[in-house]
Amino acid sequence: MSTYPWAVGYIDDGDRPKVVTSRFHLEDSYTLERFLATGGYEGLKSALGRPPTAVHDDVKAATVLGRGGAGFPAGTKWGLTPQGVWPRYLVVNGDESEPGTYKDRLLMERDPHQLIEGCLIAAYAAGLSQCFLYIRGEMALAQERVATALNEAYAAGYVGKNILGTDFSIDIVMHWGAGAYVVGEETALIESLEGNRGEPRLKPPFFPAAVGLYGRPTIVNNVETLANLPWLMVNGPAAYTAIGTATSPGTRMVAVSGHVNRPGVYEIINGTTTFRDLIYGDEFCQGIRDGNELKAFVPGGGSAPWFIPEQLDLPFEGKLIGAAGSMLGSGAIIVMDHTTDIPAAALTLTRFYAQESCGQCTPCREGGTWLERVLHRVVEGLGTHADLDQMFEIGESICPGTFPHAASTELGLAAAPFPYKMTTICFVGPSAYAPVHSALTLFRSEFEAKIVERKRIPVSAETVGAH
Amino acid sequence: MSRLTEANVIVAKEIIGRYPKARSATIPLLHLSQQQNGYVTNEAMVHIAELVGATSAQILGSATFYEMFKFEPVGKYLLNICGTMSCALMGAEDLIRHAEQKLGVRVGGTSADGMVTLERAECQAACTEAPCLQANYRFRYRMTPEALDTFIDDLVAGRLDGEIPPHGTVARVRQHIPAERGVGVFAPDAVESAPLWVSTAAATTEAPK
Repeated sequence: MSTYPWAVGYIDDGDRPKVVTSRFHLEDSYTLERFLATGGYEGLKSALGRPPTAVHDDVKAATVLGRGGAGFPAGTKWGLTPQGVWPRYLVVNGDESEPGTYKDRLLMERDPHQLIEGCLIAAYAAGLSQCFLYIRGEMALAQERVATALNEAYAAGYVGKNILGTDFSIDIVMHWGAGAYVVGEETALIESLEGNRGEPRLKPPFFPAAVGLYGRPTIVNNVETLANLPWLMVNGPAAYTAIGTATSPGTRMVAVSGHVNRPGVYEIINGTTTFRDLIYGDEFCQGIRDGNELKAFVPGGGSAPWFIPEQLDLPFEGKLIGAAGSMLGSGAIIVMDHTTDIPAAALTLTRFYAQESCGQCTPCREGGTWLERVLHRVVEGLGTHADLDQMFEIGESICPGTFPHAASTELGLAAAPFPYKMTTICFVGPSAYAPVHSALTLFRSEFEAKIVERKRIPVSAETVGAH
Repeated sequence: MSRLTEANVIVAKEIIGRYPKARSATIPLLHLSQQQNGYVTNEAMVHIAELVGATSAQILGSATFYEMFKFEPVGKYLLNICGTMSCALMGAEDLIRHAEQKLGVRVGGTSADGMVTLERAECQAACTEAPCLQANYRFRYRMTPEALDTFIDDLVAGRLDGEIPPHGTVARVRQHIPAERGVGVFAPDAVESAPLWVSTAAATTEAPK
């Protein structure tokens, strides 16, 4: 059995190590009883038996990369808090909403205690005195599961005052949002948690670790990142780094969606699994639907520049993907087969980012909206050739200079590496441009075909409303 | 009367009590008011402003940022059909058109019987199960036009009442921190030293030197 009706989307075919999905095959994995019967809170006990600095050192040694998008090592992030400034807070980013991404919701619904245990380990190691677990507003079941798990954990003495009889004490407060993609950006998340509009904060400071919630040092970690910690505490950093590669150790949860035979959420080995494995492998998606040809794929969530079949053999390794012109982001792969209308597909993403712009920065608010409008008229067959150049021009105002893109032998294009320059506070603006830029750079002829096909509209000489 | 009821004020105060600053409870309290009234009323925002120590304009400013808050009545069920990329690639547009015909409204409208408000939603984190939708934030996966017809019929007939609460209720379980177990909150400015477990560990490791 490789799929489970209670974990819709999750597929555990093949014999790979499971760091965060080890309980997904159990129907009652979200209960405290089952959690305790399957090694639950053992990682916490192991951590509490050692000084906080030793626990922090383990996380640094394991190079636990952030799973939210930027891929920044958690152990390093925890170390960025200014010396001697208290209190410090932990904020958990459970506002998963990047197009294509489906993993944190499963982790919260299927194994909420694992996440709570991860929060406790992080708070213990980094000296964080209160934890706010921010769950996306639309995730009703995840909120119910986490609330129930917290109630159970408090009653059993795993959360709250003097945890397991030690002097480690912390409250974990569940917080829930109300629908806003940009709140997934960590400083916007903090604004939202303070009760404000979810507008990202000016940088610097670049990390909330310096100035965060209520102006205090704050660690913001992704759900999956924290869910890694219990396993790490039990098995140690050597076992963790034995999975994957030196620069990308451990596993990652990825969601593959779109035109594949078996779309699903898989826990894969980090650093070595290639896109070809994922899209064509028997353990994974088993090829493109109806035996169709692969046309393009988004490798790391809707914000990521697109890849074409030429990039299939790249492994899931951040630096290599960056050099190839894109990013791994939040572990979301969206696959397009040869029947895909590329300009229309790009429009669905650009519309998303234009819609989700918080409106703070002009290049994003205006640029994203104009990109959507211009692209929309091109898709409708009402565009002009000038519109195509206009879209690059608008993009330049959001991201001046070279925008990352994939290599294409057919087009004689060398890869333009990540990252890009930006005129906006956060990544929403550039994200509106990424699909347009990729689609126009790699598939310009498809846009031109829509313009050539444009129908002339006969003009009537009759005066409208004359009668 | 659309200020929070006495019972909900008790809930609101429990929520506020979990944050070092009351303003942080704004979004949860807006949800609470929407659960009570089906949408966020002006009176509720004035009441929330009083409870968290903000102006009503500040609460309105925050509330209007978030898509889940509605400022006029909607149907008993909010039907959010995802139209972002993975769902679009798998036929979301056809599904949205079909829903419009079935309900007799355009996206954004409420069916004549007042039961269903149709919206085009953005990515709902179920991309492998495209096209997907949520009714009052409860998922349906890999939808087809036929399955959608059955689903809407079941919703309107009340056959899904056990699973899907009326609009306004999101999670049906609330967190409760027992007084004897909770650490409690402190004003951020009132804390100047490291938490006990950090200072104790530091003292223990430094002592032998």
